[in-house]
Formats: sequence, structure tokens, C-alpha cells
Amino acid sequence: MRLAISGLDMRRATSVEDALAILRNEKRMPVAGATDVYIALNFGTLVPKQFLDIWALDELRTISKRGDTLVIGALTSYTALIQSHLVAEHVPMLAEASRLVGGVQIQNRGTLGGNIANGSPAADGVPVLAAVDATIVLRSFERERRVPVNEFYTGYRKTVMQADELIVAIEIGTVEGKQWFRKVGTRAAQAISKVVMAAVRAPSPRIAFGSVAATVVRVPETEKILGAGGSIGDAADVLSRELKPIDDVRSTADYRLRVSVNLLRRFWSDTE
Amino acid sequence: MQFTLNGESREFDGNPAARLIDVLREECHLTGVKEGCGEGECGACTVLIDGEPVCSCIIPAGQVEGADVVTIEGLGGNHPLQELFMNEVGAQCGICTPGMIMATLKLGDAPTLDEIKTALAGNLCRCTGYAAIYRAVLKWKGMPEPASAGSAVVVQ
Repeated sequence: MRLAISGLDMRRATSVEDALAILRNEKRMPVAGATDVYIALNFGTLVPKQFLDIWALDELRTISKRGDTLVIGALTSYTALIQSHLVAEHVPMLAEASRLVGGVQIQNRGTLGGNIANGSPAADGVPVLAAVDATIVLRSFERERRVPVNEFYTGYRKTVMQADELIVAIEIGTVEGKQWFRKVGTRAAQAISKVVMAAVRAPSPRIAFGSVAATVVRVPETEKILGAGGSIGDAADVLSRELKPIDDVRSTADYRLRVSVNLLRRFWSDTE
Repeated sequence: MQFTLNGESREFDGNPAARLIDVLREECHLTGVKEGCGEGECGACTVLIDGEPVCSCIIPAGQVEGADVVTIEGLGGNHPLQELFMNEVGAQCGICTPGMIMATLKLGDAPTLDEIKTALAGNLCRCTGYAAIYRAVLKWKGMPEPASAGSAVVVQ
């Protein structure tokens, strides 16, 4: 059905500087690939009516190395992540996660910055970023600041971002250890996750889950017992107390917990 | 704002927040672009922007400024894929067909069945089934049909 557009106001930014100058003076929701924003708009569930189209900001589409740090521009699409040699080398599980987002059409348009800003606990890219302790680079007209992804979310779809800030980049330091990613949904493509897990097998394992809480979460108790040489059985017990998933339209809490524990066991045996 | 549509330069001076699909269907009268789900899930609205398949139901029209947009109409009406979708019975109700064809165009030479399935993972068909669609695409690329691609049963 045709979208009612009266009352919608979209400005197009021509550069990052232009975008930040606009955001300094006007309250506008940034729109990148629109793959989340326009679904909410079509459903009539989106409150904001003032938008800032940042799709044209090609300066945010670069993937580069700065020393040992991988720097991914916020407007990098999933397709670009899948095709990037640097991503394949540095954080291959991010390419794996990107392959499982939507279908090709969504991968061509959806961006890593958008995945973060949208704040869905079911975001496929964010558990990867959480497991590798990525840093989110936020910029406003006046300043730039860096926020660890694990401190970025304050509640369900709530973030520390200010209205005048844009996510400009994601930084990922060297990842030591085997990376492991698994998404569980109703089908391989075009399905929102029931459970998603990303992890790194290192002397101090790093484990993140999506779709099992109000935000993407790390599981520090489980990580601690595995890091201390505890058995996977004990770690599974800890995890089943540490995670508190909910029932919702996509799955039940019981199912999510059971799958999460199974994924933990699979991660451990796959990365031995 | 200016963009290229099926090879011709177009002007659009409406609200840039309008959905691309609404502009294509209602202002440009390109009704080959179908709306299925309206949430980027079914792929019926797939068009090419600068050669890449995208869902036009979730793209603000303002984002195609300066871009090259191709819809099913841009293929001219007798593209080999259109013929093959018909001949292999890869179309039944037809709603998914334009999107399926547009999503297929980006495939490289000699694709495997898996690559075809990945290219079409964002396109849903609810009637004819995927086997006939995959077969049409394999034939277009001159690839042999694996047994698992299924066979057509044409009821006269």
C-alpha cells in the first residue's frame, strides 16, 4: 500500500560535515540504507517524521587498517563486508554474520552503522562487535568520542548516542584466537534471529549473545569459568543461570536458553 | 532531482521521503514493480540501483539521486530470462516474477545451484515453487540441471 508521506521531511546531507552541521541545529533521525527505518515507517510504528538522509556520504564507506586496528566506515554495507579482504583476514566472523543478514537486496543496502544505531537486540552484526570488543566512533559538530560497543547500549533500543551525533566508524583491534559465529532462525535467509552467538576462543574467551535479552550481551560469568579452566559442563550450568531470555513472537525463553547452551557447547568443541 | 530510469534521464521533484516503489509505480507507471510484503522480506519489488538488486519498497526515492535505476520494464519484454521463466513454468501467479528476474541479473557466469539460491534467497515465491525458477536460471546461464533442481509438470 502506498506510503503516506505528508508530514515526512527528509533532508539530504552532502558530506559528514554538512550532516553534523544539520544535526547541531535540527532534530533529525539519520537514515542510511533505510532497511530498518522504512520498515517501521511502512508499519506505522516509527515516531520521528524528520529525517537526515546520509546515504550519499561516501567518505563513510571505507575499510582500512590503522596500525593493527581495522577501521570500518559506518556506511559500509553487508555486501562490502562480505567482499572485503581486510574483514576476511581480520574478523572473518563479521563477514559470516553479514552473509546471514536478510537476502542480497538487504545486504546491498543495510549498513554496519545502521545495525548498531537501530539498537535491535536481534542485530546480527552487533554480537560479533561485542565479542571482539569493538569501539564505536561517534562524531558531532564539536567533537569526536569513542565508546566501547559493550557500553553503547543502556536498555532496549536505547544507546548513549546524543541526537547531534553520527556513528562514523567502527574500530576493531587485533583479534587473537579462533572466531566462531552462529545464527539460529526459522530459515537461513530473511529471518530475524531467535538466538545469535559470536565468540572468540582465547585464553580469556569472549562470548556474546543476541536475541536473548533487551540488548546484545556478553556473558562474563561464563567467560570467567572457561578462562579459569573450568569444564564446559560447568560453564553450561553457569550460562543457563546467567542468561535470562524472554518469550516473544519469534521464540520462547525455554527454547532460547536451551539453544544458547547448545551453541556454547558447540563453540567449545568446534574451536578445540 | 535527476536520476536515470531504464536508460532515460528522469526528473523527480516530489517528496524525497516517498518510497521508490511508489514513485516507480504511480508516477512513472512502471507497474511491473510489485509490492508484496512492504518490509523488504519478499523481494517482489526488486529493482537494480547502479546494477545492484535492492528492495524498492524500503528505499527513500531521494536516495536514487544521480543513480541508474532499472526495472523489469527496462529489459524490453523479450529478455531470454523472461522467456525461460515462461517456458520452464517458473511463473504462476506472476507477482514474484519481476523481482526474481531482477535479482537474477547480477549472477556471474557459470553459477552453481547454491549460488543461484543465494542470489534468490531474498525472493519468495508462494505458488509455482523454486525448482522451476532455478531451472530457468540454470538454462539461461547454459548450466546443466542438477537432479535436485526438479522438473516441470505442465498440465494442459
